[in-house]
Amino acid sequence: MGSIAHLTEATFDEEVGASTEPVLVDFWAEWCGPCKMIAPILDEVATEHAGKVRVAKVNVDENPNLAMKFNVMSIPTMIVFKDGEEDHRIVGARGKSQLVDDLRSYL
Amino acid sequence: MPELRNVVIIGSGPAGLTAAIYTARADLAPLMIEGEPSSTSDQPGGQLMLTTEVENFPGFPDGIMGPELMGNFRAQAERFGADILTARVTKVDLSERPFRIWTGDPGAEQPTYLARSVVIATGASSLMLGLESEARLLGHGLSTCATCDGFFFRDQDIVVVGGGDSALEEALFLSRFGRTVTVVHRRKELRASKIMQDRAFANDKLTFLWDTVVDDILGSDRVEGVRLRNVLTDEVQDRAAAGVFVAIGHRPNTDLFVGQLPLKDNGYLITEGSTSRTAVEGVFACGDVQDDWYRQAITAAGSGCMAAIDAERWLEAQGH
Repeated sequence: MGSIAHLTEATFDEEVGASTEPVLVDFWAEWCGPCKMIAPILDEVATEHAGKVRVAKVNVDENPNLAMKFNVMSIPTMIVFKDGEEDHRIVGARGKSQLVDDLRSYL
Repeated sequence: MPELRNVVIIGSGPAGLTAAIYTARADLAPLMIEGEPSSTSDQPGGQLMLTTEVENFPGFPDGIMGPELMGNFRAQAERFGADILTARVTKVDLSERPFRIWTGDPGAEQPTYLARSVVIATGASSLMLGLESEARLLGHGLSTCATCDGFFFRDQDIVVVGGGDSALEEALFLSRFGRTVTVVHRRKELRASKIMQDRAFANDKLTFLWDTVVDDILGSDRVEGVRLRNVLTDEVQDRAAAGVFVAIGHRPNTDLFVGQLPLKDNGYLITEGSTSRTAVEGVFACGDVQDDWYRQAITAAGSGCMAAIDAERWLEAQGH
């Protein structure tokens, strides 16, 4: 529980669409400093709130079509999908307490 | 009782981390409260975390990436035992000693830490234009981080607002991706250094619009363009753009200290003569929060060293 799935164009629909829990998808890239800073925070959220929300990642370098499909123009962007549909969008890095606040309604 | 520390350093850019290295080596067991992750320059590591190549920091003849340089600073501070806390300081009380510092709820009765001395290294944050459309379009084509978001504007038209080194650095970086990069500057000449200007003028993808300001950013759910006004003629034009990057200068991060420490008219903290001493004994300031003139990583680091030595000698004189 609590592990973070790395989604690709091939697996996205299946993983996100089939999930019974909301899925927080982090769009990130290797060269994005703020993305690296929030990575450990997302690990913690995934562990501490396992069962409530799943955390997954999309590398925008490897999956540019997913970034384009969801209109991601700034990273990190985190989108919460509920029943496969976008439910909430968080743009930009933030500290853990604020992120947890932003996700409050799912936790 | 909250924990009492010899030195609490607020901020973790070149100034704060250098102060941490020096005070840690002086066995003062400093606590550095580094801030929280953010997509603005107000984040752990400071403004260099959003830059790419740093070419003028001595000791790196081939240049070094900003985040890597700050990672090195941090590793060096940790090596000598500095405690680093990833949190945002929400309130300080400098009216009595020991000084009181809060993280988390600023309304809490008890502070989080007590400090015999404080080193302020909170730096400066990028200014935004102050337009209503900014909040709506941030992350939807309007960006504060060229290194994060340039990639999304491949073969598209990009506008950079500003005329200093950071604006040109962003424009040059963005020229790798964009179809065109237009630099909009409110004056006729750039503030940027000669070497950056030479590079910018030599770059085919860059064009300049002088004496021009951005009146609005256009687009409902994504950036479609900018409304520009020539400040000499008042002529208004709309220009199509998919990406807008704002680099119009900085504001010192002094909100925590308003009413407690004297500020210059332009908002920077005042330090005494050529020292890091503020008006409150035992409180020292270094880096961009008190430097409205040089504002370089190396000068910030140098002033962080000064603050560490000033704090060390002051603590010693107090018998600590």
